[in-house]
Amino acid sequence: MVAIPARSITSRSAAKLKERFGAYWPLVKGLQTGLLLATGLAGYMSARCPIFNLGTISALAGSLFLAISGSTVLNMWWDRDIDARMARTKKRPTTSGLVGAREALRLGLVLSVLGVGWSVGVDPLYGLVVFAGLFFDVVVYSMWLKRRTAWSIVWGGVAGAMPILAGRVLGVGRFDWIGLALALGVLFWIPTHTLTFSMKYAKDYASAAIPTFPSTSGLAYTRRMIAISSVAAALMMVAAGYGIGMAWGFLRLLGVLSAGLLALALAITFRPTERVNFGLFKYASVYMLAAMILVMIEVA
Amino acid sequence: MKWPARDRFALVLMCVFAAYQVSVGTEGYAAIPTAAYTVGFGVLLVAGLLLIILGREVLDAAAVVILSTIIPLSISVGLVWQFMEQARVPHAVFATLGLLAVVLTRSVPTAERLQVLTLAIVHGVAGTIIFLLPLAMSAGGRAGPGFAIVGIGGALMGAGGLLLAFARLGKPILPRSTVLPALPGLLLITTALFVAGFRFGLP
Repeated sequence: MVAIPARSITSRSAAKLKERFGAYWPLVKGLQTGLLLATGLAGYMSARCPIFNLGTISALAGSLFLAISGSTVLNMWWDRDIDARMARTKKRPTTSGLVGAREALRLGLVLSVLGVGWSVGVDPLYGLVVFAGLFFDVVVYSMWLKRRTAWSIVWGGVAGAMPILAGRVLGVGRFDWIGLALALGVLFWIPTHTLTFSMKYAKDYASAAIPTFPSTSGLAYTRRMIAISSVAAALMMVAAGYGIGMAWGFLRLLGVLSAGLLALALAITFRPTERVNFGLFKYASVYMLAAMILVMIEVA
Repeated sequence: MKWPARDRFALVLMCVFAAYQVSVGTEGYAAIPTAAYTVGFGVLLVAGLLLIILGREVLDAAAVVILSTIIPLSISVGLVWQFMEQARVPHAVFATLGLLAVVLTRSVPTAERLQVLTLAIVHGVAGTIIFLLPLAMSAGGRAGPGFAIVGIGGALMGAGGLLLAFARLGKPILPRSTVLPALPGLLLITTALFVAGFRFGLP
């Protein structure tokens, strides 16, 4: 009998762990999760300075990361059949076979339970909002409405607005109008982002029989929706900034960035081109990130 | 076409400087100069973001001529309002009419010569103000010596704006292949000079 050196077993285990982590990471959608996490942190920091609340903000970051990642993995598990039909998503680990369906489900559930459980432990009201976000995202948006109606994006938007509301609720200990304005800002921003995306990948969505505004209501209607939601998002973010007590200079900067968003929304309505569409899609992300950074800098 | 990494970095830095000027750089100024600088540096900031996102092709957009006019005009309005009390209203009227003239000559069919002339007058006046006024204020003691570098920034901005606007009009002063690679660096240096001049040259 040949003894296997312990070091060899350890290095093989480490390699396997690394390989699984590499397969799981795309399931979490790092960029999207990171942006949502940033909104949650900004929501909290709109009420309290992080330097004096390091323990709480670390718990917020950890629990939100787990809950958002969990819901993203569960969405990918649920949508693996339609992902396989779209060129953009067919290489995802759940469709390529890199991560099996059961494994993805287990991973999603573990992350979700850990995230929501931790959130409830930090603060029950905060935990409730985190759970609501997960529920709206996985059950209402993905499982119930995504394959039935183009309006499902509204509910996806509600889910996307929950991290910032959760952060604000944890910061102030209750629901307030500023938290709702911040949440509405994100809620209205999401169509700007997702509708430009659905225009770009209209054929993909059609091949998977997913109803989107471009396919059900036409491009002109979709562009009007984008313009309206951009205006609403900008108004809500500026209102929230005012409510937070943002310094006049930062409010001006937020106004300037909002004006850029509005200008692109108008351009896509009256002079639509593929390039403007792509520009708005990207700018909307930069806008939201910048708005969150401004909220954070204001308090820090 | 995307910018090389070095140029993207220059544009990001330029956006940071412009954002600083909008948010912090005009603290304590009166309402009109604050609004004028916010418009000027705000347009510069959004234009910089779009340059990063959309790449060089965005310079082919029709709006480039108008945007590259708004920036010097609004900054010149801010400077005149701060330092030339007797010229406040006339220059504000000139800036408004000048912008309208550029928009009109770009929007309705107009003789090419009129387009070029309008652009040259508007850019010329705004650029001269941004170049000379800070130098004069600095030399006359109404501003610190550091404020003079706003004038240098103004000269660079005027040159860059003219190069871009005339290239867009199909009457390039320098070939596009020369202007484009230099643009991100030029924008960064210009904005940095403005910010530094306002920060260190004014009390």
